[in-house]
Amino acid sequence: MTDDTPTLQVENLETHFFTKDGVAKAVDGVSFSVGRGEIMGLVGESGSGKSVTGFSILGLVDPPGKVVGGKVLFQGTDLLSLDDEGLRRLRGNRIAMIFQDPMMTLNPVLRVDTQMIETVRAHDPSVSVDEARARSRDALGQVGIPSPDERLRAYPHQFSGGMRQRVAIAIALLNKPDLIIADEPTTALDVTIQGQILYEAQKLCRDTGTALIWITHDLAVIAGLADKISVMYAGRIVEQGALDEVLDHPAHPYTRGLLGSVPGHNTRGKRLYQIPGMTPSLLKLPKGCAFKDRCPHADQACEDAPEITRPVEGRALRCVHPQVDLAGVAS
Amino acid sequence: MSTILELDGVTKNFVKRLDAAAKLARRLGADVKEEVVHAVDGVSLKIAAGEVVGLVGESGCGKSTLGRMVAGIMEPTAGDIRYKDRIVSAMEKQAGRETALAIQMIFQDPFASLNPRMRVQDIIGEAPILHGVTSRADAADYVAQVMERVGLDPEYRKRYPHQFSGGQRQRIGIARALAVKPEFLVCDEAIAALDVSIQAQVINLFMDLREDLDLTYLFISHDLSVVEHISDRVVIMYLGRIVEIASTEDIFDSANHPYTQALLNEVPRLDVRGFDYQPIAGEIPSPLDPPPGCHFHPRCPHATARCREERPQLREIAPGRVSACHLNDG
Ligand SMILES: Nc1ncnc2c1ncn2[C@@H]1O[C@H](COP(=O)(O)OP(=O)(O)OP(=O)(O)O)[C@@H](O)[C@H]1O
Ligand SMILES: Nc1ncnc2c1ncn2[C@@H]1O[C@H](COP(=O)(O)OP(=O)(O)O)[C@@H](O)[C@H]1O
Ligand code: SF4
Ligand code: SF4
Ligand SMILES: [Mg+2]
Ligand SMILES: [Mg+2]
Repeated sequence: MTDDTPTLQVENLETHFFTKDGVAKAVDGVSFSVGRGEIMGLVGESGSGKSVTGFSILGLVDPPGKVVGGKVLFQGTDLLSLDDEGLRRLRGNRIAMIFQDPMMTLNPVLRVDTQMIETVRAHDPSVSVDEARARSRDALGQVGIPSPDERLRAYPHQFSGGMRQRVAIAIALLNKPDLIIADEPTTALDVTIQGQILYEAQKLCRDTGTALIWITHDLAVIAGLADKISVMYAGRIVEQGALDEVLDHPAHPYTRGLLGSVPGHNTRGKRLYQIPGMTPSLLKLPKGCAFKDRCPHADQACEDAPEITRPVEGRALRCVHPQVDLAGVAS
Repeated sequence: MSTILELDGVTKNFVKRLDAAAKLARRLGADVKEEVVHAVDGVSLKIAAGEVVGLVGESGCGKSTLGRMVAGIMEPTAGDIRYKDRIVSAMEKQAGRETALAIQMIFQDPFASLNPRMRVQDIIGEAPILHGVTSRADAADYVAQVMERVGLDPEYRKRYPHQFSGGQRQRIGIARALAVKPEFLVCDEAIAALDVSIQAQVINLFMDLREDLDLTYLFISHDLSVVEHISDRVVIMYLGRIVEIASTEDIFDSANHPYTQALLNEVPRLDVRGFDYQPIAGEIPSPLDPPPGCHFHPRCPHATARCREERPQLREIAPGRVSACHLNDG
């Protein structure tokens, strides 16, 4: 592994769910990479495959789901070839995931201090229990939990939902992992608490070179946080690139629709753009481009599934009618 | 514009039950037997007919409690709620019933608030039949009309809630509220559970309904961008109290109260890139044990000795604009 090997490189990842009604291609040829200290935003509407992408990277897909293709290279090692024991050693140690549901991280029958101290000492057994407790208390403080000393002795059910999520985030930050996959962790939290958590995440990436994948449907959060962005629709990445490039010059009609529907400063009192129609079921995707039925620019050319194109360095796009001349913009 | 709703010193206290209190006391290291939460603490507010008032504040500050009292689902511990100049709790039966229908509430979780065993036509049609808004014979047509109004295909009226998407379920909730011909809607995080593209549809629907039906809204949300988009005026709450009320422009362009300013600093915006997020200054207080004086003083960069002792009153600082901060005393 050389210094410029990305922390995580995902190539053509495919994860399918083999259900009674057919095969749902929840992740259908997804590729991206995240380098040391880099933050990638992964956005898309619910059901587009964001969480399953995260689960696939960590080897957490359960039947009827299965990773059926691709590579997941973590610091050069293919995670898909590791056995359960190897994966478990990386999780909670070099790689952490923050789930949409904090109870996927927290054990309901253990006190918070027990869980946190265990996490610290699993990573480094030479740390004393007292030292581990001190680190745990600091981590709770970092995510804005008042009176962390008292809270350490509590059980998860004694916290409100928002506080539980903060405890789960504190556990993920505890060992300063090399990669964090955060799945909509702050969607339900207040802006001030969210700001505090984004501050800690940003600091970790800057100070220790942690690579971060932030999954969300909130584009404004990504705008303030990420270095690059991948937009998913129906299991595929439809647009990808440097943050400013994609937000300022969105080329895919779906990306443009998402950006247009965000309320804010310039929309006061105006009608918001609505993407017509609804997310299609993965079992009944239209032939050709999956966005076809909702796309204002669809025509005959969209009857064949568009391939990924790379109009300029660092940009990927899956559309036969890009809405901006990317080569022109870049120059 | 005439005032349609007025809150005068409205307060709601919850007494925590002993077992919960015991746990809390242990957690807080305090030696208390019974805990009182001042969920809403002396709130006064006037809302004009046809207005959209946004209500913003951190989790637990009392927004839902205030909304429930306005909607008549919960009684205030103290203070008066006036609807069209009459005190709601003192109304005789008929007027009380009319007011209860006139003010409807729309909830965050569209699924939990719909009875899973009822068909959509009954969810929407039940209350208007009961209250004589429509007759049983005309109910089918009436329900179809309301469904169309919120963008639901009347073909779906025989379906159950689980057969709809999140956005459609929220429309069912809105249709149920509209079916009794309300004048005033309390929306409590009504779009928080929806995807961005669906959020846009529901926000647009709320704005259309306002135009077409002359509705007044109390719009509760922790999403400041949505509040900025939809509201005429914004009310900011902190730990049970109102700290600032102003027009949407004034709040978002030149907030007066230090808490409002802190809140707005953290709002993510599409046009702000590479933002340096900041940690919260000071401790986040518990609503069980709010700090004395100005509740915000442990987090306020401008706090003085006076702020730790004396509660700042809401004062008019410009026409139509109030704020509760000692800094305004100059
Ligand atoms: N039925 C109840 N019994 C006891 N305490 C309650 C009850 N309902 C609310 N509270 C308390 O009152 C305070 C205000 O609660 P409320 O639900 O109004 O907050 P909110 O501002 O709507 O918060 P959120 O943004 O999380 O919805 C909180 O401290 C809460 O724990
Ligand atoms: N256990 C499962 N069985 C069948 N389909 C599933 C399962 N888990 C997820 N899926 C499907 O995979 C797709 C992507 O889901 P997910 O990654 O959770 O979406 P997102 O996180 O983007 O909202 C969805 O269509 C979902 O229904
Ligand atoms: S390929 Fe065609 S249908 Fe798909 S997004 Fe592009 S223009 Fe629209
Ligand atoms: S009264 Fe004092 S503590 Fe409260 S907001 Fe104003 S300056 Fe800050
Ligand atoms: Mg998800
Ligand atoms: Mg609430």
